[in-house]
Amino acid sequence: MIQILKNDGTLKNKMSPEMSPAVLLDLYRWISFLRTLDTRMMNLQRQGRIGFYGVCTGEEAAVVGSGFTLKPEDWIYPALRQGGVALMRGMPLTTYLAQVYGNSLDVQKGRQMPCHYGYKPANFVAWSSCIGTQLPHAVGTAWAAKIKKDPIVVMAYLGDGATSEGDFHVAMNFAGVKKAPVIFFCQNNQWAISVPLSGQTASENIAVKATAYGFEGVQVDGNDILAVTQVTQMAVEKARKGGGPTLIEAVTYRMGSHSSSDDPTRYRDSKEVEEWQRRDPIKRFRSYLDSLGLWNEQKEATLKEKFDEEISQAIKIVEAAPPPLRESLFEDVYAGLSPRLAEQAADLNRISESSH
Amino acid sequence: MPSLTLVQAINDALRAEMRRDKNVVILGEDVGKVGGVFRVTDGLYEEFGADRVMDTPLAEAGIIGAAIGMALYGLKPVPEIQFLDFIYPAYDQIVSELAKFRYRSGGQYSCPLVIRSPYGGGIKGGGYHSQSSEAYFAHTPGLKVVIPSGPYDAKGLLISAIRDDDPVLFLEPKRVYRAFREEVPEGEYVIPIGKAKISVPGDDLTLIGYGAMMQECLAAQKEAAAKGISVEVLDLRSILPFDKEALLNSVSKTGRAVIVHEAPKTSGFGAEISATIAEEAVEYLRAPIVRVAGFDTPFPYTLEGEYMPSVARILEAIERVASF
Repeated sequence: MIQILKNDGTLKNKMSPEMSPAVLLDLYRWISFLRTLDTRMMNLQRQGRIGFYGVCTGEEAAVVGSGFTLKPEDWIYPALRQGGVALMRGMPLTTYLAQVYGNSLDVQKGRQMPCHYGYKPANFVAWSSCIGTQLPHAVGTAWAAKIKKDPIVVMAYLGDGATSEGDFHVAMNFAGVKKAPVIFFCQNNQWAISVPLSGQTASENIAVKATAYGFEGVQVDGNDILAVTQVTQMAVEKARKGGGPTLIEAVTYRMGSHSSSDDPTRYRDSKEVEEWQRRDPIKRFRSYLDSLGLWNEQKEATLKEKFDEEISQAIKIVEAAPPPLRESLFEDVYAGLSPRLAEQAADLNRISESSH
Repeated sequence: MPSLTLVQAINDALRAEMRRDKNVVILGEDVGKVGGVFRVTDGLYEEFGADRVMDTPLAEAGIIGAAIGMALYGLKPVPEIQFLDFIYPAYDQIVSELAKFRYRSGGQYSCPLVIRSPYGGGIKGGGYHSQSSEAYFAHTPGLKVVIPSGPYDAKGLLISAIRDDDPVLFLEPKRVYRAFREEVPEGEYVIPIGKAKISVPGDDLTLIGYGAMMQECLAAQKEAAAKGISVEVLDLRSILPFDKEALLNSVSKTGRAVIVHEAPKTSGFGAEISATIAEEAVEYLRAPIVRVAGFDTPFPYTLEGEYMPSVARILEAIERVASF
């Protein structure tokens, strides 16, 4: 497993290439922001202000490190916990929140459950809740880019559970055969709701599965943001140069529940959680930055305050927005409104108006 | 004007669209050098090359899943599923992904593409080369389902489907791939999706069908005419959307309806047609609506002739409804 930072935040290996202090601080700001944002969102959920949420707590280094290496013209096919990548690629925080609230500010018009972000200006493709279905799409997009000779790469995110799906096999196989410029980034957080990794696969790890498809699989410490960034960068460069796909297994841990609807105390040992707390990606990176003299308590306090203020402002704006218009229910099924849908829209309107 | 079979007309439509728009690409199993197991894509690999006529690994979910990703990126894929019976591994991709992309993304993303697939029985194909499972797909908002019955319609409808902004499932009645020829204009023409065709006008009864069954419907109409029953034959041409206006116009005129499809009767598309007539034209009806369909069994091998709606079964229904 590739590692650059040890659990205590000291260097195990040198980075190659080195990152500038500005880049290191940028990475730190993003992982800290996601931790703060997730905490605030879960509070909103517990207060009944939003219906559902899935945090990436404990997995921030995997999310930020992988997302950081992509260019604006690259495409992302996210899974459940990569909303942060959309933010990194310019999706406004209000747009992120509006998706969770599903109201009239939501660019997806309240069509999906929370945490199903899609934002075209960031080439961030809305996913369904079906596990693994986005993987063949990512391969198709990468294959299309190859046909058109566009030098883009496609990042396909998945969890450990998704590696059991048929679509994982299909996508890996097509990607290998067509040498598509796609990176499969598996956030192996050890748990698919209540089923541990040992219940998903008898393989020694996930990265090794790539071998059978004829391309490289790399296992990286997913809680080490420097290692994740470096490994992803190499895979992205390889794909961009025509070297084909890579499977990256980022070994991390789901510190929280699967989602706001789950209670992990029913199925996993708290000792395991405590053990992983010692490998926390943010604490680890913070120690490293402290040791370089790039960060301190005062900077931390100022940053947290700024984040909280920014999030509060965005929540205020988004919570004030009304639900989507009733007519929007019938939009976007097709490019135009079909006669049958027009009839149904008129029916709903007539009955809703007369019952007021 | 050339006289073409259904296979030739579809090939002609593909070629015309691929010449017009370089984003149109074909992918599927054996669609390349061999030109498809039914030779529908014959010669296209030679003309357009391996980047536009692509053989894929043998996985339907991969063919459709990859086609979705291509369409999202701006290509216009026309994936082929070798037999409709093999489409089910891709069912999730079609129903959960393809059909819902526009809606779930708030209109930000769409994936217009055309899935071509031969369907239906009567070719001694047994249970897994004969199914007529259009109803599964017709229950899917966001999808269009087009089923031509002959060469002329097939070319015009396929060109429309390729130019459509939404995903289309284009089902080809393989039993009549080479059964007869029609005059098919060279070059481009379109037939709008969602418009039915009155194949034969009549006064006493409306006979509603689509796809390969139109051959049986037309034969039954002739026999009925000989017995003094004037049957209007309505070819739906697409079932999602289906042409409600044409259906209701015809049934309000004749007051009688017989619906034909080779798919199993229970929850077949005939149920939707029947329900629509009952909801919106019951006052014109002079007889019960009758469906002539495949039986509620899996598709058989040896007894397929018994299973498929025959001219005799359709004629029996016509006479029963006409004399009610």
